[in-house]
Amino acid sequence: MSEDILDTVEFDDEGFMVDASAWTEGIGQAIAEALEVDLTDRHWLVINYARKEFEGNGEPPTLRRITTQTDVSMKEMYKLFPGGPAKIAANIAGLKKPTGCI
Amino acid sequence: MKTLLILGAGTGGTMVANKMAQELDSQEWKIIIVDRDEAHYYQPGLLFIPFGIYGPDDVVKPKRDFIPRNVELILSAIEVIEPEKNRVRLRRDNQVINYDYLVVATGSHIHPKETEGMLDGGGWRENIFDFYTPEGAAALSRFLKFWKGGRMVVNVTEMPIKCPVAPLEFLFLADWFFHERGIRDEVEIVFATPLDGAFTKPRAAGILGDMLEEKGIHLESLFNIGEVDTKKQVIRSWDEREVDYDLLVTIPTNMGAEVIVRSGMGDELNFIPIDKYTLQADAWENVWVIGDAGNAPTSKAGSVAHFMLDVIIENMLRHMEGLKPLPNFDGHANCFIESGFEKGILIDFNYEVEPLPGKYPLPGLGPFSLLKESPANHWGKMMFRWVYWNILLKGGEMPFESQMDMAGKWQ
Ligand SMILES: Cc1cc2nc3c(=O)[nH]c(=O)nc-3n(C[C@H](O)[C@H](O)[C@H](O)COP(=O)(O)OP(=O)(O)OC[C@H]3O[C@@H](n4cnc5c(N)ncnc54)[C@H](O)[C@@H]3O)c2cc1C
Repeated sequence: MSEDILDTVEFDDEGFMVDASAWTEGIGQAIAEALEVDLTDRHWLVINYARKEFEGNGEPPTLRRITTQTDVSMKEMYKLFPGGPAKIAANIAGLKKPTGCI
Repeated sequence: MKTLLILGAGTGGTMVANKMAQELDSQEWKIIIVDRDEAHYYQPGLLFIPFGIYGPDDVVKPKRDFIPRNVELILSAIEVIEPEKNRVRLRRDNQVINYDYLVVATGSHIHPKETEGMLDGGGWRENIFDFYTPEGAAALSRFLKFWKGGRMVVNVTEMPIKCPVAPLEFLFLADWFFHERGIRDEVEIVFATPLDGAFTKPRAAGILGDMLEEKGIHLESLFNIGEVDTKKQVIRSWDEREVDYDLLVTIPTNMGAEVIVRSGMGDELNFIPIDKYTLQADAWENVWVIGDAGNAPTSKAGSVAHFMLDVIIENMLRHMEGLKPLPNFDGHANCFIESGFEKGILIDFNYEVEPLPGKYPLPGLGPFSLLKESPANHWGKMMFRWVYWNILLKGGEMPFESQMDMAGKWQ
């Protein structure tokens, strides 16, 4: 069923949603399943924070920003979103790929 | 009398002082510049110190020599900036300066304390070094002089860092240095970086990544360091990967100046949020930011500060006349990358366009090859020191345009 939801969503080449405003919690859930991430309250805290940030300034937050602005530590971020925490969180939150660095 | 106050007399602050001294009427304006340090370091030169190419004396001159006579230079630490009250308090005698316009040019600085075990593990300046400070570069030079070989790991802690190509240049120069000393076979060179490749921009990352491989430098990508374990001599990532080292050369977390935190003006890395096109601070219209101190999403580099100069000057002058600032800064960055064996690479890019191969047409000097090794690019880099002291700091005309030019680039 979640597969169906993803069929209705447009992704870019790297699998990030093209239109962040089309995101719903259900879509987030489905992306997380596709990435094999089991969402807990702690994940949602990060996802909701990332969405709020994006609404504020048009950029997904960096890892450092997440860990200074929420009570989630760096270590926990790597547990929650193994591989690339800021990137995976942005991905599930329906945001574009964080540029972060230049 | 009105006051223009400039904080920091490094690359950006010095250029603004020189330009504004020409632009503003001295009957009407007083220009003050403050810095805690009387020595001006040519930071790009720090890269060459570990390898004995430059000595510490080759990269430093008195700040005073570069400040025009009609600008007052105060040597003091800055205690706090109070932008709501348009004033700044200095550490020296608790002096308070009220300003009409403020330019912040306090740069970006390394913070090894941010990584557990780096400073407090007992290895700092024993077999763990930075080369972003004059002291670090000199200490590393003493170490390398007598090093017999082993495993050298160069690690970027987190992005952004100033001069993001400097770690690559360090690797290329190290490869050359060990060759020259006849111990290249005794040295394993590893580059551990949080990025997914050699550099942030894809085209350049591909080409630079190939160069690492050709030189036998091993790339550990997506490595986000969590701690230095000096007992086991490993660096450990947050996701528990370990890379062992005999010699660790670190580019620690880079952050804006402490005074920005004390003043509550920065983001999570102490960089001041600014309009990336006009260079005006987001929160205060009479506060302007040049160089590394702001959060513009481009490289933190001297060349970038140079490209910002014309835009920030014009916009401040416009603002003084009640006009709107113009969105003229395009993120232009341009870096010579030393690649060893007296060769270099040149990259040129901005907010929109990533570094591309081609030729960089420099009237009188060029063309320099873009994204391709050449001896001319190496000489360009070595010449840059002269250009820096004699032209750039004085706000003089450089043979570069502020806005990027697509001429000669292959798309
Ligand atoms: C190893 C290395 C290699 C580099 N290579 C290149 C290169 O090849 N090309 C290139 O373009 N750029 C290069 N750079 C980057 C370049 O040097 C910087 O981007 C540039 O100097 C930034 O200028 P700035 O004015 O923002 O800061 P800075 O020049 O760093 O000046 C900041 C000033 O603020 C002062 N200050 C800070 N806080 C206080 C305080 N509280 N009180 C008083 N004074 C204070 C400091 O003393 C300093 O003088 C390199 C940097 C390094 C470290």
